[in-house]
Amino acid sequence: MSTVSQQPATVSASGITKHYGAVRALDGVDIELRPGEIVGLLGDNGAGKSTLASILSGAVVPTTGELSIEGTPTRIESPLHARNIGIEMVFQDLALAPDLTIAENMFLGREPLRRGSGPFHWVDRREMERRSAQELEALSVRVRSVKARCGDLSGGQRQGVAIARAVVWSSKALLLDEPTAALGVEQQAQVANLVKDVASRGVAVMLITHNMQQVMDLCDRVVVLWRGRSVANLKAGEYDIEGLVQWITGAKVMQQGGSR
Amino acid sequence: MSAVEHSDQVVAPPPPQERVPNRALVFVAEHWTVVAFLLVALIFFGMSADFLTKDNWIATSVYATGILALAVGQTFVIVSGGIDLSIGGTLSVSGMTAAVAMRSLGEHNASPTTTIVLGVAAGVVTGLVVGIINGFAVSRLRLAPFIVTLGMMGVTQGAANLINDGQQISDIPNGLSNFGSDLIGGWLSWLVLVSLVIAVIAWLVLAKSRFGLHTYALGSNGEAARRAGVHVHRQTIMVYAICGLCAGIAGVLVLCRFSVAQTNAGDGQELNAIAAVVIGGASLFGGKGSILGTVLGVGIMAMLVTGLVLIGLQPFWQTVVTGIVVVGAVYIDQLRDRLNARLGARAAA
Repeated sequence: MSTVSQQPATVSASGITKHYGAVRALDGVDIELRPGEIVGLLGDNGAGKSTLASILSGAVVPTTGELSIEGTPTRIESPLHARNIGIEMVFQDLALAPDLTIAENMFLGREPLRRGSGPFHWVDRREMERRSAQELEALSVRVRSVKARCGDLSGGQRQGVAIARAVVWSSKALLLDEPTAALGVEQQAQVANLVKDVASRGVAVMLITHNMQQVMDLCDRVVVLWRGRSVANLKAGEYDIEGLVQWITGAKVMQQGGSR
Repeated sequence: MSAVEHSDQVVAPPPPQERVPNRALVFVAEHWTVVAFLLVALIFFGMSADFLTKDNWIATSVYATGILALAVGQTFVIVSGGIDLSIGGTLSVSGMTAAVAMRSLGEHNASPTTTIVLGVAAGVVTGLVVGIINGFAVSRLRLAPFIVTLGMMGVTQGAANLINDGQQISDIPNGLSNFGSDLIGGWLSWLVLVSLVIAVIAWLVLAKSRFGLHTYALGSNGEAARRAGVHVHRQTIMVYAICGLCAGIAGVLVLCRFSVAQTNAGDGQELNAIAAVVIGGASLFGGKGSILGTVLGVGIMAMLVTGLVLIGLQPFWQTVVTGIVVVGAVYIDQLRDRLNARLGARAAA
């Protein structure tokens, strides 16, 4: 387990609500991500996990609620804004451009540039490829060449590139939405190591997963969403797989008369 | 770690054995536009002694100029995942606007240089404005590019006729006509030089600049581009603006070439330009294509026009052959992707 510091939360969200028309995807959710801590975000399908992750990564704007980054109230306007703050997200659907090379995908939106002006800057490809190869090697993600098109890679390699990209750029928080769902056992272990490595650098990590064993192995804390509400916030040692499943299915909420 | 404990319980099935593609085949599929270009040239050269002559070079290269300017602009749009059907109409309306402006300036006794400079600028700016409107409608109003530019095709074709009551304009300043007919060193038309310079600039922008990389990203996976921080709206508007600008320049080039502004100068040219871009290896799904490919695609189409006439076939065969080449190009493109995917999977294993 990583050491959890007592600094202010890297990301703190309170009372987050998101309505899609009449549908309440999120209903007053609270969550805190602390430096160096790996938080598991659990919940059944449709509980609102991906919506919450999208809000924290700037892809979706909440209907109401407050966000603060390192104690400062912040309104995250766009994915670019989130990335500039140091919050990186690995999406379920990867968000790689298949026709671009690995290096181009890793640096898309943050290309090393040579002279030029406005959007017509020249891209420094050599630098981009050198740094991509370096970063992938450091994270032991094995690929044929950083000049290979992402569309030509295997699912596992694509996942590796997507995670490596987020890991490289995340200075404050890393959000992972089902990062190992499509991976084999060996690659899952590799991703787990990457995640622990990032957290040990003081980055706050939020991990969405359905893999309970992964939760037990990796997470310092779990937050459970149920029907758009945060119903449990438990430290490692306060739960077992059986208990988590009861929270996820809502059985525990019913027991406590919290049904709405 | 329990992930390791699990590893001896879960046994992954071995990957299915696939037939290994021949690397030579991959090379040909990868560079087939060059191969096709040389093949077409070789066939015509073998069938007609007149094919590799100065006269035929001049005829072919000058014919290619209008399509080249259009196709270069279209390459940006197609790589970005869109399509612009309005460039033929834009060519016509730009040429007509330039001609009307020059006629009017001439009537007001402006100097020949002023007349030409302002007239050319009027034509080029017309194209640019049409492109910006297309880009705005596609990005901000979230309309399908096919629909927006189909509508704009009607608007521009109509406008080209409305400008001068459906009449062509033939009083073009001498300087401009001479520019269209003079040859540098007796073998290179100024028009060809201008369109090649445009192609080189476009190649630099698309292949080397951040703008170019973002254009590919937009066409390959727009949502990924947006999440990576690409300004998708701005990028889309600029891509269509570039396409309109190129169509405006094409309008002026065609005006120079014929010394007359015709209201239907660009009719059907949008399809020739799209065909050239596709032959050049671009995918209509976006994310793929190059200026070099487009230049070769235009070359192939121009050679078909002049070559078929030289070997004694009716020029109508050109559209038949072009049609077959376009379909063949898309098929080879798909073949190439499958080969690459197989090679990629093999290298990963």
